[in-house]
Amino acid sequence: MEGTLFNIFAGLAVLSALLVVANPLSRNPVTSALFLVTTMISISGLFVLLGAYFLAAVQILVYAGAVMVLFLFVVMLLDLREAARRKLNLVSLAMGILAVGALFLVYKSSLESTYGEAPQQHEVAEEDQTEAKLVKAVGSTRALGQALFSKDKGFLLPFEIVSVLLLVAMVGVILLSRKEPG
Amino acid sequence: MLASITELLGQAWVLTLLKVVCVFAVVMPMVAYSVVAERRISAWIQDRIGPNRVGIPFTNIKLLGLGQPLADGLKALVKEDFTPAHVRKVFYWMAPAVAMVPSFVVLAVLPFGSMLGTQKMVIADLDVGILFTFGIVSLGVYGVVLAGYASNSKYPFLGGIRSTAQMISYEIAMGLAVVPVFMLAADPAWQAELIDKSTAWSDYLNDTGLLNLSSVVAYQHESILDWLMFKQPIAFAIFLIAIFAETNRLPFDLPESETELVAGYNTEYSSMRFALFFMGEYAAMIAGSALMVVLFCGGWTLPLGDFFNTPAQSLGKGLVHIGVFIAKITVFLGLMIWIRWMLPRFRYDQLMNIGWKRFLPASLANIILTAIVLWVLNS
Repeated sequence: MEGTLFNIFAGLAVLSALLVVANPLSRNPVTSALFLVTTMISISGLFVLLGAYFLAAVQILVYAGAVMVLFLFVVMLLDLREAARRKLNLVSLAMGILAVGALFLVYKSSLESTYGEAPQQHEVAEEDQTEAKLVKAVGSTRALGQALFSKDKGFLLPFEIVSVLLLVAMVGVILLSRKEPG
Repeated sequence: MLASITELLGQAWVLTLLKVVCVFAVVMPMVAYSVVAERRISAWIQDRIGPNRVGIPFTNIKLLGLGQPLADGLKALVKEDFTPAHVRKVFYWMAPAVAMVPSFVVLAVLPFGSMLGTQKMVIADLDVGILFTFGIVSLGVYGVVLAGYASNSKYPFLGGIRSTAQMISYEIAMGLAVVPVFMLAADPAWQAELIDKSTAWSDYLNDTGLLNLSSVVAYQHESILDWLMFKQPIAFAIFLIAIFAETNRLPFDLPESETELVAGYNTEYSSMRFALFFMGEYAAMIAGSALMVVLFCGGWTLPLGDFFNTPAQSLGKGLVHIGVFIAKITVFLGLMIWIRWMLPRFRYDQLMNIGWKRFLPASLANIILTAIVLWVLNS
């Protein structure tokens, strides 16, 4: 069951991610943006399968619901007839596939060097139950909140630094988009 | 062993499917009759009569016009399904469906009753119920945006653009307004106490997380003063108004605004496709009302003694709880319809000012206020 669902979501994610950049039927940027939305939703399905419900919900809320809507907003406002006319560039497609393939090989070899040749098969017994409980405890919103916000063993300082970084970006955007200085 | 496990899984699937079908069977007529209610109430408000003729077909029985949805539905089905020549076809066909789906998906995590037998009356009892709801609600904008883009003409496009800006602005205020609700309700102390107190509650709250929506309902069960609309009036007001904005209802119906944009995003749509947008709007109203009932008005509970505010252990009690929930939704639907015919539409700059300069600071202040109160009370 979980294996099937994983295959469905992973397949959808890869397929729609491919259609974002190399859609043979439509070169319309809006189509690409919509396929990016389906990619995001499939990835959130993968998060659900991993027991990370919070991440799954936030993935949809932030990426599919807010970021992509703003993307669409901008894409629709710009005049993109030229981008739509541009042909699918086979050279850049081949280069892209090459880069992704290389990245995949690096990832695979690093996984293998950490976990050994073949990933271990899960024992379907009592062990599965404890594992399920562990996954629930790690993926739960509460565990995540405690990991992020507790002072001594958590990531409070990095979290705050990241939020200051976002603030800096925001102030920068406002400053850059203002018409007259002052 | 394996056979019995698959059988159990099959049963769980069957039960979930049954719940989905039942919810659908209740919500669809509610959509149809809220349209009739809208037309009748608007008629009363404007001193007209409204649709009161259609009764049972082929008879003279009029039933106060309760046959109207049948006539409307038939009309939408048999009308010519016209696709204008200048539209972007794939998007044009997709948009009505995309507009319908999110409002129904939201209903999946809302606890619409206590228990029937051993089954908790919620389709998916998610730990992150509230976040899931917001995630799906935020997808609702795609239907309108796609319709605006697909129509490839100016008025729908303006409607779509307005809708994006409006929905994103009010989503933020809405999300922040709900934070204080969970600052109060997501406290493990009361839940542990409640689980110790009675087996009915411990069955109901069995292993649910604190962001779960049934846990919010349980928090509010004791008395009417526990209802979060009284404990968190600011949050409730912001949330209520944001729901109006998210469902594109007057005074926030700028994406449609028929006096300036013809019919906004659905200008180019006719027959069943238009009806789908229409149904989507009313389904969104029902989902929004249900969300408000769950978060702020005690869900399926009523503070009238044990029968109404403990989870049901008998079938009749369970059905009464579902009835209470539907009645509460109806009150909110009535409110939404009433307000639509009472208030004028906001101007676009007013809409943005209210969202960003009033609601956002107010909801942030409300979070800080709640935090201070909780801190003082707990120390």
